[in-house]
Amino acid sequence: MLKYLIHRVLVMIPTLLAISLIVFVIIQLPPGDYLTSYINELQSQGEAVDEAKIAFLREQYGLDKPWWQQYLVWVTGMVQGDFGFSFEHNRPVSEVVGDRLWLSVIVSVATILFTWIVAFPIGVYSATHQYSWGDYGLSFIGFLGLATPNFLLALVLLYLANRWFGTSIGGLMDDHFIGKPWSWGKFVSVIEHLWVPVVVIGTSGTAGMIRRLRANLLDELQRQYVVTGRAKGLPSGKLLVKYPLRMALNPFIADIGNLLPQVISGAVIVSVVLSLPTTGPMLLRALQSQDMYLAGSFLMFLSFLTVIGVFISDILLALLDPRIRLGGGTSR
Amino acid sequence: MTAPDGNRLEHWASDEPFDPRVAEALTPEQERIYMASQWRMMWIRFRKHKLAVWSGTLLALVYLSILISEFIAPYNMHSRHTDQIYAPPQSVHFFHEGSFVGPFTYGFDYKLNMENLKREYTENRNQVNRLRFFCLGDSYRFWGMAEMRFHFVCPPENGTFFLLGTDRLGRDMFSRIVMGTRISLTVGLIGISISFALGMFFGGLAGYYGGWVDNLTQRTIEVIRSFPELPLWMALSAALPVTWSPILIYFGITVILGLLDWTGLARAVRSKLLAVREEDFVAAARLMGARPKRIIWRHMMPSFMSHLIASATLSIPGMILGETALSFLGLGLRPPITSWGVLLAEAQNINVVALYPWLMLPVVPVIVVILAFNFLGDGLRDAADPYK
Repeated sequence: MLKYLIHRVLVMIPTLLAISLIVFVIIQLPPGDYLTSYINELQSQGEAVDEAKIAFLREQYGLDKPWWQQYLVWVTGMVQGDFGFSFEHNRPVSEVVGDRLWLSVIVSVATILFTWIVAFPIGVYSATHQYSWGDYGLSFIGFLGLATPNFLLALVLLYLANRWFGTSIGGLMDDHFIGKPWSWGKFVSVIEHLWVPVVVIGTSGTAGMIRRLRANLLDELQRQYVVTGRAKGLPSGKLLVKYPLRMALNPFIADIGNLLPQVISGAVIVSVVLSLPTTGPMLLRALQSQDMYLAGSFLMFLSFLTVIGVFISDILLALLDPRIRLGGGTSR
Repeated sequence: MTAPDGNRLEHWASDEPFDPRVAEALTPEQERIYMASQWRMMWIRFRKHKLAVWSGTLLALVYLSILISEFIAPYNMHSRHTDQIYAPPQSVHFFHEGSFVGPFTYGFDYKLNMENLKREYTENRNQVNRLRFFCLGDSYRFWGMAEMRFHFVCPPENGTFFLLGTDRLGRDMFSRIVMGTRISLTVGLIGISISFALGMFFGGLAGYYGGWVDNLTQRTIEVIRSFPELPLWMALSAALPVTWSPILIYFGITVILGLLDWTGLARAVRSKLLAVREEDFVAAARLMGARPKRIIWRHMMPSFMSHLIASATLSIPGMILGETALSFLGLGLRPPITSWGVLLAEAQNINVVALYPWLMLPVVPVIVVILAFNFLGDGLRDAADPYK
């Protein structure tokens, strides 16, 4: 197990490095840097450009150095917890971001929990009642959920809530908690608001999970050992839970790797639609205003979240499935 | 078994001549299936999936329609009707006061609600405006080239025909959705061609050479896949230069969508290549002295091409959605180029949508097309392996 763990960590490091390099290249892609657009803006407003300040900023953030030096500065800074400087907000990135990162994590984790809790009973029901009306109905709803883009679902929900209840369901907490330090009240308020984005983001993942669980369980139910168990007179509920269900559970964990990027992608755009105080809206604004360090940190953070999630899922899978643990190979 | 003359009491056998191949001979019906080529088998299998067939037909019709979008749209998508801003959808009537008039619309009475500043339109039952068919209407440039005025259906002479209402500039939503279909659907096609080519290339390299090439490709794919898709798309399209023309942006977006999507296809190609290489029929072909070129193109290709087509079909909706999402966020296509996402961007403001809900109508074609692609892809995937 330890060997597998070490192997897995060692694989993760170059992946993260490669990701950081790609992110850095992307945020460097737009011609010019933030300072040139800043200067242009000042000039267009007819204000004097403080050459000394520009030069200071340029030197401070190493914008005059070759790109690979800038990259090294950026990466080493990040490892030490310094995410660079947001030019637009004129504050360090870590200050600007604040608790948005944590809210993003909370939304993502809650979505995955939701996916599990909903997909599990429905998947089991669909498999044990194959070709029944319930199965057909649930499969149809699942298909709809899979096909409806989640930001459109968010839009429709916003509209319906506005139409029927006259309220807005956007946001992630009551207005008076925004910008306040964490407290029990704020936490409760977040939990109360959480369900809308969680349901919206979670639908497509849940639908996919149900389909996979159903297929897996159907495969297992055909196996000889199930027939043997039934022939020996095991009650059907016990028979189901004791063996096939445990086998069919693998995808719940193995799929985090596929689910997480999907959830995080979905969360970005849904949070723009629902105006949640998570990373999504800020990433969008940072990209539009070429605030490169801010955008880069968000991209890096979201990818990091994905990599960590996949890592955790691989470890859990190894704990669950001795074939992976002993083989030393990766799960997928 | 007793015969009347008592000769054959113990054992009876038919007198008819015996044909030892009777079990092997095929009825014409069996012959059709057993002798069918692989593609024919797939077709037979595919036809059984009714939903997939219907979805395929629907998609084919929609794709055909984008050839003549300008002709189908009753208005030019850019023409503004300043006295008809935010007009609601008009329904087509056939009977006026009990007598048949043929398809017509009623005129509008307009009033501004001073309470919430909502523009309120009511039908004017006295104003009967008959629709015209195969007629001359708004002029347009057919595919941006030839100047034409011919439409399938035109608004009445002195009335309007807003089947799905109008937007904030008084432009006809239906015409805009029809024209947006062309952009939204071609984004998927161009994107998938790029991703298909890349996937075949890298997957083929990895599967064919194996060793470190395979390793490198696999690691690259892992890195790309561990990015959450949408934020990466957003970052890349934000990096497209502002100075580019809308049409260049359009190609830029399709390239971005294609560049990040090939990983799934490459994996499929690689694993199929590795699996098929070990199949008996490939070994047989090799033993019979077929050259590699013939083995690859004649034997291996058909057996995994079908899978690839199926998985490509399943990844088109992702691209269409990607474009829609990007344009919705304002990072994708820019007006005057109009796609479903660009149209939906107008529905971002919930206060406007609450007053004029028809702005959300572009959601409908998006969902219908995505569903159809999913069903079609499912059917194709089932048909891809007809021998199972």
